Amino acid sequence: MPLITYILPDGTEKPVDVAIGLSIMDGSVRNNLPGIVAECGGSCSCATCHVHLDAAARALFDEPVDEEVQLLEFLDGADEDSRLACQLIVTERCEGIRVRVVDSAG
Amino acid sequence: MTPPRGRVVVVGAGHAGGTFVTLLRQAGFAGEVVVFGDEPDPPYHRPPLSKEFLTDPLERWLRAPGFYAEQGVALRLGEAVVAVDRRAGTVTTSRGESLAYDHLVLATGAAPRQLAVPGADLDGVQVLRSLADARALRDRVRTGGPVVVVGGGYVGLEVAAAARGHGVAATVIEREDRVLARVASPALSAILRDYHVARGTAVLTGQTVRAFDAGPGGRLRAALVTDEAGGERAVPCSVAVVGVGAAPRDDLARDAGLACDAGVIVDAGARTSDSRVLAIGDVTSRPVRALARRMRLESIPSAVEQARQAVATIMGTAPEELEVPWFWSDQFDLKLKIAGVLSGPYETAVRGDPGAGRFALFHHRDGELVGVETANSAGAYMAGRRMLAARRRVDPVRLADPAAGLHELAGV
Repeated sequence: MPLITYILPDGTEKPVDVAIGLSIMDGSVRNNLPGIVAECGGSCSCATCHVHLDAAARALFDEPVDEEVQLLEFLDGADEDSRLACQLIVTERCEGIRVRVVDSAG
Repeated sequence: MTPPRGRVVVVGAGHAGGTFVTLLRQAGFAGEVVVFGDEPDPPYHRPPLSKEFLTDPLERWLRAPGFYAEQGVALRLGEAVVAVDRRAGTVTTSRGESLAYDHLVLATGAAPRQLAVPGADLDGVQVLRSLADARALRDRVRTGGPVVVVGGGYVGLEVAAAARGHGVAATVIEREDRVLARVASPALSAILRDYHVARGTAVLTGQTVRAFDAGPGGRLRAALVTDEAGGERAVPCSVAVVGVGAAPRDDLARDAGLACDAGVIVDAGARTSDSRVLAIGDVTSRPVRALARRMRLESIPSAVEQARQAVATIMGTAPEELEVPWFWSDQFDLKLKIAGVLSGPYETAVRGDPGAGRFALFHHRDGELVGVETANSAGAYMAGRRMLAARRRVDPVRLADPAAGLHELAGV
């Protein structure tokens, strides 16, 4: 299982093994990490799983669909590094990546 | 500050109760946490049950199995709380056990309204609320059809859309003169009606189901429908889903003497009239941002927001500002996102192309946005939500003008 490091809103780093095929959101939810709320359960509806990834990590995932692009455009603190974690499906190539979690609660 | 300790007892293992305990542990609560759920299943995502009941698996758990034990949360499923003694600070369970609490959180949800008509108890007539209901509906639709949906609310329209998406005939019967009469703008009602009709759903408004008719073997055969002029017809069906709203399950709270008014009355910290008792989710009558009255908000975002409020109250942390209420629905290829609660008079600016299923309805009053209803227009939805939060002045002409940028309109 690829090891993903979640950098939480308070700066704490949490390395977590996330199974291939799960999303970056799933990895956070299963370990009850703060920041990602995931209200809609991963259907790209609620935009409460905002994360930042560097360019190298972003290249490991599929391009965002139009829905996600539009949601991200209006999120607080969003920039070109932003993605919604529910849309990031983990593959074997994701070993070692670092994900910076935005506080989506409130 | 000493972290709060003691025992938190949660009544109800739905989205509200399940989210509350995960957030309570995230916040560092070190005491005991016990959750009672009267269903046999652990907390699950309810929205897909009406949207994707024909897509396996139906079981989409809120948290993975084993999660609650890992978090030190005692999940007692298939066990209800039948009484609360507030003076003693105890609950009594359906197994006769008495358990003391330091904080009690009521998350008992809402129960679907039944239809009090002849034949409502026939095999084939059902409500849709629980995982068990969804399993029954899936099996009935897969082996049968056509489907009648009684009630043109969100659940009913989602069920009809899912059925049509699998080639099953569907008829929606709505008592009011439009679908979504209580929850959507007239403009959205009309657009969605056309969208459903164009995809083969029969939508009968201003009509009521007088009875369900049984065929040989006692199986459901038809819904007997009466229109406003008194005319009657039989709509053949082998499955009927009754989606005529839900009533708050506030009996426990009322029996315990807590203040209730069509739901358990709570403040913005999820507190009831008793400081040791909190309530969250569909069972509550809650304050709503930009609205002068309390109301029930039957939605996941509201349940999650109140779960956070309850955690803040128990942990003694700062309360949050109330969110702009929002909702989502999926029907056919439409991803609907709605923000704000429509109340009183308003006018509507239409942006985009309703016929093409990509549009935003900006509802405004006296130069201020009061609600936004969108389909396949996530940017417009997000912009609208920001405008609602900021109580931004809006120009209706520019809202409807595709050349006016959403960022500029939203001031971001």
